[in-house]
Amino acid sequence: MSKELIQLNHISKSFDGELILDDLCLTIHENEFVTLLGPSGCGKTTTLRIIGGFEKPDKGQVIFDGMDITYLAPNKRPLNTVFQKYALFTHMDVAENIAFGLKIKNKSREYIEDKIHYALKLVNLDGYEHRMPGSLSGGQQQRVAIARAIVNEPKVLLLDEPLGALDLKLRQDMQYELIRLKNELGITFIYVTHDQEEALTMSDHIVVMNQGYIQQEGSPEDIYNEPENAFVADFIGDSNIIHATMVRDELVNILDTEFVCVDRDFGENKPVDVVIRPEDVELVPRGKGTMPGTVSHVIFKGVHYEMEVQAGGFEWLVHSTRLFDVGSEIDIKVDPFNIQVMNRPESEDEEAMAIDE
Amino acid sequence: MNRNKRTSRLLASPYIAWALIFIIVPLVMIFFYGLTDETGAFTLENIAAIAQPVHARALWLALALSVISTVICFFLAYPLGMILAKNKLSSQSLIITLFILPMWMNFLLRTLAWMTLMENKGVINGILSFLHLPEMNVINTPGAIVIGMVYNFLPFMILPIYNSLSSIDDNVLNAARDLGADERQTFFKVTLPLTVPGIISGVTMVFIPALTTFAISTMLGGSKILLIGNVIEQEFTLAYDWNLGAGLSIVLMVFIVVNMVISIISDNKGDEG
Ligand SMILES: Nc1ncnc2c1ncn2[C@@H]1O[C@H](COP(=O)(O)OP(=O)(O)OP(=O)(O)O)[C@@H](O)[C@H]1O
Ligand SMILES: [Mg+2]
Repeated sequence: MSKELIQLNHISKSFDGELILDDLCLTIHENEFVTLLGPSGCGKTTTLRIIGGFEKPDKGQVIFDGMDITYLAPNKRPLNTVFQKYALFTHMDVAENIAFGLKIKNKSREYIEDKIHYALKLVNLDGYEHRMPGSLSGGQQQRVAIARAIVNEPKVLLLDEPLGALDLKLRQDMQYELIRLKNELGITFIYVTHDQEEALTMSDHIVVMNQGYIQQEGSPEDIYNEPENAFVADFIGDSNIIHATMVRDELVNILDTEFVCVDRDFGENKPVDVVIRPEDVELVPRGKGTMPGTVSHVIFKGVHYEMEVQAGGFEWLVHSTRLFDVGSEIDIKVDPFNIQVMNRPESEDEEAMAIDE
Repeated sequence: MNRNKRTSRLLASPYIAWALIFIIVPLVMIFFYGLTDETGAFTLENIAAIAQPVHARALWLALALSVISTVICFFLAYPLGMILAKNKLSSQSLIITLFILPMWMNFLLRTLAWMTLMENKGVINGILSFLHLPEMNVINTPGAIVIGMVYNFLPFMILPIYNSLSSIDDNVLNAARDLGADERQTFFKVTLPLTVPGIISGVTMVFIPALTTFAISTMLGGSKILLIGNVIEQEFTLAYDWNLGAGLSIVLMVFIVVNMVISIISDNKGDEG
């Protein structure tokens, strides 16, 4: 793995007596595309603001390249931010916006001209030098904000839901542009979003947050395929999350039916949660599967059918390209590799804490 | 569309009538009196009368005092506006109310209060002599007029500046910091330019009434200090020379129009952004 660039060490932060970040630890490596993912209000922006220097943590340190920058002013930090609502300077045209940071650093006029030209080309806005921000569309303003940040050649670019205000099509286009941009610039991106699809598409590394705790971090594949707890499983895509009992190694009792799985070391007769993705639930003719059920609902989703199946007193969500009509009597079958077993926390509080370790 | 236009014209008609009766007609009358003599013959004499030493001095003094008052108002209002805009607390509305509250009282009454405060045997000198400090001679000086102007017109400077300051998104200032600007650079390159429209409307709202006032100068300046407003008032109410009074008003109007044009131009520029 590449070099460690930023470390958040035991960061805590409260607002008005309310704990927003609790003992948060996070390491970010050079040239990674890291995404902070979590529901609204979970502290993503606060984390980003602490890295950017706009907020001081109550406890803990921010280490950048081995140096403690916890109390360094934002203008002294070798990183730049793309803010949630662009935050362009409305009294300056596009070129002046982009030149802002360079003029502060007293760069020569030719250098600045070159940089403006280069940055506008990079974000596909050639010829927009003298437009005012107010006359640009949301997507264009967004790209100006990105151009304004990257001309300063930061080591790290912080992006706070930069695509939040855009429509779906533009969002998807911009996602690809951002990935291209990141590869061209070869710098670290720290990206904040509450959109799990966006996170899965763009990131090298995803940090799932909830209520100020990191719930899980890892590659998009890890997070999707092996969620460590019910929150992550539920937040990342559709899933069937079911209370179950681990009978012994590699055997789990789900809704009074025993399923073979691959997980071990949970102990015997231990209460657990299992996660089964809807696309991993197979529907087979009665008698050929593990658990009998009845199709109760079908919706056509384009790529696949989304079906609800009543089985073992639970409403299973199933995605399949093969249609079973409502009322079909079928069996459910799940490949052992596709059953993800997780520790079940005893209480809600523990749920948040236990996973933070 | 046509019908829409007709309805909106219909709806606008009371305002048009109002504007005609109370704005256009008086303006036409001022120009009529200002450009004629007692016999009704056309003349530029009433305008040229501004060159007479008494009138020129009154205009010059009025310009000087209103510029000084406007500048003082600006330097008091801007920091206050910044403090108000920064503390997005409930105390903010309290402070704003404190500034607006005096405006509920009659303007003449408030100015009269300053008269009693600043009189030679007034409250301030009373306190000073009680403290064995030298008494001040403020009343009936240009200084007293400036105090009166600043006191009366300060809220008109604070409100537009406060409004434009509080409409700046915090993240715009953060963005400036993020791009390497220190606090001073952020203020001069971002905050100040973004509040120019507020500053201009504040300046206009202080400068114009200060330039034309005669009440403040009458009460706080005694009968010795004449501003152009006093001269015009006296021509109308004492000398009954409506022609001269109207002529001098036209001259004063030029300054006001220039100020308005500047404010409109810069306002349009602000809108483009
Ligand atoms: N300056 C502040 N003063 C008081 N409370 C704050 C402040 N900033 C953030 N908070 C609170 O901290 C919590 C986390 O806020 P934060 O902005 O980090 O959330 P977020 O994860 O970015 O959410 P979103 O997805 O909605 O942007 C929220 O409950 C918010 O109300
Ligand atoms: Mg946020």
